[in-house]
Amino acid sequence: MSEQSDQIREAIAQAIGDNPVILFMKGTPDQPMCGFSARTVAALQALNAPFAAVDVLPDPRIRQELSALSQWPTIPQLFVNGELVGGCDIVTEMYESGELAEALGVDQPATAEPVQEPAVGARPMGIENRLS
Amino acid sequence: MPTASEVKARIEASIPGATAEVQSPDNVHFSARVIADAFAGLSRIQQHRLVYAAFDGELGGEIHALQLKTETP
Repeated sequence: MSEQSDQIREAIAQAIGDNPVILFMKGTPDQPMCGFSARTVAALQALNAPFAAVDVLPDPRIRQELSALSQWPTIPQLFVNGELVGGCDIVTEMYESGELAEALGVDQPATAEPVQEPAVGARPMGIENRLS
Repeated sequence: MPTASEVKARIEASIPGATAEVQSPDNVHFSARVIADAFAGLSRIQQHRLVYAAFDGELGGEIHALQLKTETP
């Protein structure tokens, strides 16, 4: 492994450790670049859960190192308290069952309709910016 | 590019006793419902990893997305 991928992996591990709820996604919460990322953002926003977001698109190595670290092949990936919770399917299932609200320590809304379009939300965080 | 029936066969061969229903509109995005005894007692993450194991490195690449629902019989 090159020194740079080491650095990226460390930055990812640190971001996961520093943020109780962190989503690695394609695009940003305001502008998701993939429907699966959009749906995952929508579930978090429907719960009004604060979360950090990392866009994996600016540098392919972010995704490569993230998947090596998490042993999870696809994006998005949601981590809560340092643990991988899952991708879009698991997060959506957990949202509908109320388990996501429980994991995040927030209240489940009375009507947990899956939201398709994400609202304006969390500020994205750039791992690539920290490395330069 | 794999077809839905190839993806189904891969999953069923990889997880003994599993039954998979796979759909794909374009042979790039797949949606699968997998039922297997092997999922018993596993977390969702572990269940999905078991299915992902059938696709060595292809997920996110040739198979852009595999929408997954795992269940025990």
